[in-house]
Amino acid sequence: MSNPTTSNPNPQTKPTAQTSPPTSELDLAQEFLHRTTPLTRIRGLLHRYPALSPAVVLVLSIIVFGIINPRFLNPGNLSLITQQVAVVGTIGIAQTLIILTSGIDLSVGAATTLAGLVIAQTASANHVPWPLALLLGLLTGLATGLLNGLLVTRLKLPPFIVTLGTLSIFTAVLLLYSNSASVQGQNLPGPITALGNTFNVGGVQITWGVVVMVVLYAIVATILGRTAWGRHVYAVGDDAEAARLAGIRVQRVLLSVYLAAGAILAVGAWVLIGRVDGIGPNDGTATNLESITAVVIGGTSLFGGRGTVWGTLLGALIVGVFEEGLAVAGLDVLYQVLAVGILVIVAVSVDQWIRKVRK
Amino acid sequence: MDSEGTEVTIATDNPAATPTETRTPVLEARRLVKTFGRVVGLDGVSLQLYPGEVLAIIGDNGAGKSTLIKCLTGAEIPDEGELFLDGQPIHFRRPQDARAAGIETVYQNLAVSPALDVASNLFLGREVRRSGVLGSVFRIMDTKKMRKQARDELTTLGITTLQDVTVPVENLSGGQRQAVAVARAAAFGSKVVVLDEPTAALGVRESAQVLELVKNLRDRGIPVILISHNMPHVFEVADRIHIQRLGKRAATITPASHSMTDAVAIMTGAKVG
Repeated sequence: MSNPTTSNPNPQTKPTAQTSPPTSELDLAQEFLHRTTPLTRIRGLLHRYPALSPAVVLVLSIIVFGIINPRFLNPGNLSLITQQVAVVGTIGIAQTLIILTSGIDLSVGAATTLAGLVIAQTASANHVPWPLALLLGLLTGLATGLLNGLLVTRLKLPPFIVTLGTLSIFTAVLLLYSNSASVQGQNLPGPITALGNTFNVGGVQITWGVVVMVVLYAIVATILGRTAWGRHVYAVGDDAEAARLAGIRVQRVLLSVYLAAGAILAVGAWVLIGRVDGIGPNDGTATNLESITAVVIGGTSLFGGRGTVWGTLLGALIVGVFEEGLAVAGLDVLYQVLAVGILVIVAVSVDQWIRKVRK
Repeated sequence: MDSEGTEVTIATDNPAATPTETRTPVLEARRLVKTFGRVVGLDGVSLQLYPGEVLAIIGDNGAGKSTLIKCLTGAEIPDEGELFLDGQPIHFRRPQDARAAGIETVYQNLAVSPALDVASNLFLGREVRRSGVLGSVFRIMDTKKMRKQARDELTTLGITTLQDVTVPVENLSGGQRQAVAVARAAAFGSKVVVLDEPTAALGVRESAQVLELVKNLRDRGIPVILISHNMPHVFEVADRIHIQRLGKRAATITPASHSMTDAVAIMTGAKVG
C-alpha cells in the first residue's frame, strides 16, 4: 500500500519523458514482458491491418502463376478472373458483415438464388416492369435477412443453426417457386441482365457486375469504418456483453446486420443473373460456402470483431487466382479444390496465431 | 426468512458511520429485493451515496455486492424497492437509462471492446458525429474530435501511460485497460461513477494508479461507489464503507470508526455492526 512509486513525489527533479520514477525490478520485468522480436512485430502488424496478409498472398500468387505460365497474365485472363469473382465477391460482403458479429450465414447462396428467381420470374412470366422486379428481388433479400435476424435475435438461436435451417427452407421455397426450372437471359428485359455486359478499358473487358461489386465494397467499407453503426458491428462481434454494458443495443445491431446482408444478397442476385445470363435453381448454391472461404482467406476472424470487407474481396480474388492459375498451369480441376482447402486452413491458422496478441 | 426482521433492524438501526446526515443523497436505494429463481440475491438492501464521497461496498462472495450495483446501474432490474437520484424516484430498465441519468459504471469484467482502439472505446455507444450533412445524413463520425477529446480526458485524469489513443485496447496492459474503462466512466459520469473490483486483476503499482484515479474523481466532486475485496484499498480511499452480508446490509462504517479487522468480522458475521 505504502508504495512510494505511486505518489510521484518529485516531478520537478525528473523532467524526463518518464513520468513515474523507474523502480528497478518492476520496470525490468515489464520491459521483459513487452520485449518484441521480429516475429511478434509482424504479428502486431497483421493484427492491426487484417487485410495485409491476403494482399501479400494475392500479389505473390499472381507473380508465381505468371512465372509458371506467362499466359496467366493476359489481360483477358485477368478480366475473366474478376468476372468469375463478382458473384462470390458481392455475396462475400454480406457474409463479412455477419461473420464480423461472430455469426455465420450458411444460407447466403440459397437466399441469393431465391431473390434472383423472384426477379427473373416476375420480370419474365409475370411481365412486371424491370425496376419493380428488381425491387421485389430486394424485398425478397430483405425478407430472408429478416427471418435469419429475427431467429438469431429473438429466439437467441446460434446463427449456425438458424442459417443451416433457413438454407434448407430457402432452397425448398426456391425449388417450389421455380418448379425447378431456369429462366433464360433472352427472356429477360435488358437491364436485368445488364450486369453481365462488358465495357472496354485499355483492352481489358470488364463487366458491369464487377463495377457494382467494387462500388458496393466501397460503400460498405465506408459505413463500417466511419459510422457509429460500423463501430458497433465490430464491438458486438468482439464482445457482445461489453458492447451491451457500453450501452449498445446488441440485438438491434444484429438484426440490422442481417437485414443489410439480405439487401446486399439481392444485389448479388442481380450480379448473378448478369453473370450466368439468366438464373437456375442451382446457380447460387456453391456460394453458401465459397463466400465463407473468401471471408476467412480475407483475414476476417471467424470469432468476430476483426477484419475488413476489403479483405474479403482479396480473399475472393485469391481463390479466383488460384483456380484460374492452376487451370492455366494445366492441372486437374481437383487440385484447385485441394488448393482452396489448404488456403482456408492456413488462413484460419494464421488468424489463431494473430489473435495471440491479445492477452 | 424468519431472521429477516432482526437483520433488517440491524441494518436500519445502524447509523454508526455518519451521525446524522441531513444532505440529500445523490443516489439512494431503498429496500431493494432481487431474486434469481430460488436464490435471493438482495434481501431488502438500502444504500445512500452522498455528494463528494467515496462509498465502498464490501462483502464476502455471494453477499450481493455485484447484484446491488447491477440494480443501481440498470444492468439488473430489482424485483422490489425504490431508487432515488437527487431525491427523485427513478427507474432503470437497461444500462443506457442509468448512463443517461449520469451514472457510469466500470464492470468487473472490464466492459471494453478489445479490438477497438482507446478513443473508440471511450466513445463507444455515444460516438460524436461530424457537423453538417456528413454527420446528420450520412452519419459519419468525427474521429479526429473524438481522439482529441479522449487525449484531453486522459490528461485531465492524469493518465500519462496512455499517449496513443489509436492503439487497440487488447494491446494494453491490465492497468491501462482499467484506466481506459475508468476514464470512460469519468468522462461521462456526471453524477456517479461505480467501480466494480477495479483493482482485482492489477499489480501493486497499477492498483495504486487506479486508487489515485478514484481520489482524483472525488476531488472533482463526483461521488464514487467502489466495490472491492481488498481491505487496504478500501480503507485507503473510502469515506464510508457499506458492508453486505448474505444479501443484506450488515452495517455502514467509516475507516475512522472501525478497523479492518472489525470490517472483516462484520463481513463474516463474527461481529454485528
